[in-house]
Amino acid sequence: MTTETINESLDDAHNDDHHDHKMTGIKRWLYTTNHKDIGTLYLWFAFIMLLTGGALAMVIRAELFQPGLQIVEPDFFNQLTTVHGLIMVFGAIMPAFTGFANWMLPMMIGAPDMALPRMNNWSFWILPFAFAILLGSFFMESGAPNFGWTFYAPLSTTYSNGSTAFFVFAVHIMGISSIMGAINIVVTIMNLRAPGMTYMKMPLFVWTFFITAYLLIAVMPVLAGVVTMLLTDTYFGTSFFDAAGGGDPVMFQHIFWFFGHPEVYIMILPAFGIVSTIIPAFSRKKLFGYSSMVYATSSIALLSFIVWAHHMFTTGMPLFGELFFMYCTMLIAVPTGVKVFNWVATMWRGSLTFETPMLFSIAFVILFTIGGFSGLMLALTPADFQYHDTYFVVAHFHYVLVTGSLFSIYAGAYFWLPKWTGHMYNESLAKWHFWCSLISVNLLFFPMHFLGLAGMPRRIPDYALQFADFNKWVSIGGFAFGLSQLIFLAVVIKCIKGGKKAPAKPWDGAEGLEWTVASPAPYHTFSTPPKVD
Amino acid sequence: MGEGTEQKTDKPNNGKVIKKLVLVVFAMFGFGFALVPLYDVFCDITGLNGKTNDVGVAYENEGIDTSRTVKIQFITRMAKGIPWKFEPIINEILVHPGEVKFVNFYAKNKSKRDIVGQAVPSVSPGLAAGYFQKIECFCFTQQPLQAGEEVEMGLQFYVDIDLPSEINTLTLSYTLYDISSKVDS
Repeated sequence: MTTETINESLDDAHNDDHHDHKMTGIKRWLYTTNHKDIGTLYLWFAFIMLLTGGALAMVIRAELFQPGLQIVEPDFFNQLTTVHGLIMVFGAIMPAFTGFANWMLPMMIGAPDMALPRMNNWSFWILPFAFAILLGSFFMESGAPNFGWTFYAPLSTTYSNGSTAFFVFAVHIMGISSIMGAINIVVTIMNLRAPGMTYMKMPLFVWTFFITAYLLIAVMPVLAGVVTMLLTDTYFGTSFFDAAGGGDPVMFQHIFWFFGHPEVYIMILPAFGIVSTIIPAFSRKKLFGYSSMVYATSSIALLSFIVWAHHMFTTGMPLFGELFFMYCTMLIAVPTGVKVFNWVATMWRGSLTFETPMLFSIAFVILFTIGGFSGLMLALTPADFQYHDTYFVVAHFHYVLVTGSLFSIYAGAYFWLPKWTGHMYNESLAKWHFWCSLISVNLLFFPMHFLGLAGMPRRIPDYALQFADFNKWVSIGGFAFGLSQLIFLAVVIKCIKGGKKAPAKPWDGAEGLEWTVASPAPYHTFSTPPKVD
Repeated sequence: MGEGTEQKTDKPNNGKVIKKLVLVVFAMFGFGFALVPLYDVFCDITGLNGKTNDVGVAYENEGIDTSRTVKIQFITRMAKGIPWKFEPIINEILVHPGEVKFVNFYAKNKSKRDIVGQAVPSVSPGLAAGYFQKIECFCFTQQPLQAGEEVEMGLQFYVDIDLPSEINTLTLSYTLYDISSKVDS
């Protein structure tokens, strides 16, 4: 239903475009090679996955509302946490960013489309199949994967409930999709920039996606490799991770986190790009320290390859290893600090206004920094022995992924909705979304810090009585946060259906080529490249 | 990122970039698998993970350091699903570095089927693993036991004379796995 309304709104605006040979109905979306259509598909898919993963989280929080087992069996609880993690990482955050890349990159660099439009179609359309396989395993006799989103061997091999094959193939498809998307982004940025747009003139948004794409190309194949090893260990008698056959389960963790740590930056670097676009627009100033932002992003990306073992301090590493990974991890705080200070410096003495994109961006800066600080605490090897696998870790990565990545996605969505739909969104409803989310998300995740420090382990369906009060509040925060996201859905649907007509540049402080084209953006933009000085 | 800043207005050379990137993808897929042998080499050098030698070493007589005494503890555990009794005859032994010792382990197949077991050793602290030398060990081979059969299995070892002075206790742990299904196939 909603896709049809988008379809109409796009059609209305562009029947003057003679090069359009758009198909109608479902075929338009199945066969499309247009970057805007594919961007829209990615964004809707990500939002549907967000609601799906969110629904799983609601069941988790309902079970944890009070001590004891009320709603689900422990094994099903494990399936919920596993699939929740996988869906949010690979189904919500990553496709949402790819959606932004598809919609905005060509318009920001003055290109007519992505460089590889047919591959673009493929990289989106294999995704629903991956998640159909993953979610479908819920309805199999064995159940869905229950070994955690990190799928440590031997939980996912020897002790697997039989879902390993579904899981592995789903991850393979997600990986292929991500790699194709990333190749497309790199080729587009390298080859299709408008004349005069040198690398150091690219918007920071483009830079962050450029670097993220390289990270994806480097580590998604490693993920594909490690799940392949799991598959052969489970079904074909190899012993990569099986000590009985000469393998080593700890090696799994090394290979997994060699992928896993760059992966967490894949999920935050684009957020930096979005926020670095929005804060200058509503501060009516240029971004402070553009080139330092570029170098900081690059150094975060490079450092991400040599810090993986900080996820494994408790596996019994030699002291030298622990010190090495601890110092490297803490080093990342330097370029990240550069970014945070640059955002604050951009706002300093600016003419600030607080439209919803800006509110989400400011909340991002503050709350992401809290997540960064808890990350620094976890980086300290001796302290990590206490925090490891507790709710403190859960609090940490939800602060960086929800109030970090997800908030930046909301900020970006509000910022560019007028460009996408041609209508202004309802500002007061959007502010309701922001304030409800802000309050509930902190009620949801902040007490988790205390729970973790007090010793509540993660991934358990039941807990000791002393954790009951905090868990009750966390669950209430969780339900409120879940419901608040429906306000966003309402804002978006209202915005697609109508609203105040948006001018080409609805934000007076905004800069960039995307604001030089009409709102909504015509189906084909920059067929002749603009000149950039 | 090379390519420079010159602009390609009509036909950008996408193929070249794609080829390079696809090459990186395959290289990184290979790298994932290359990590397997690399990890073993790395563990060998650093003694990470407490892996000991899996082929017998010849005893090198470099003298016995009678001024030091090191305690060696033996522990065993059964992996999930192997119905054996498996334990050291003695739980700990005092040795001087350089001195060869022989100890026995007792194993019994308590089930009514024939089972092939495989004991996998690990030494803690991990850094000491490189100094714990096994001359002969039942863990070098598989241990097939018929239903109800019991056996005493030997381990001959010595501790290197240059064991770091801060290490005074070594724990040798054996985990016993049922590998019958792997042997059959």
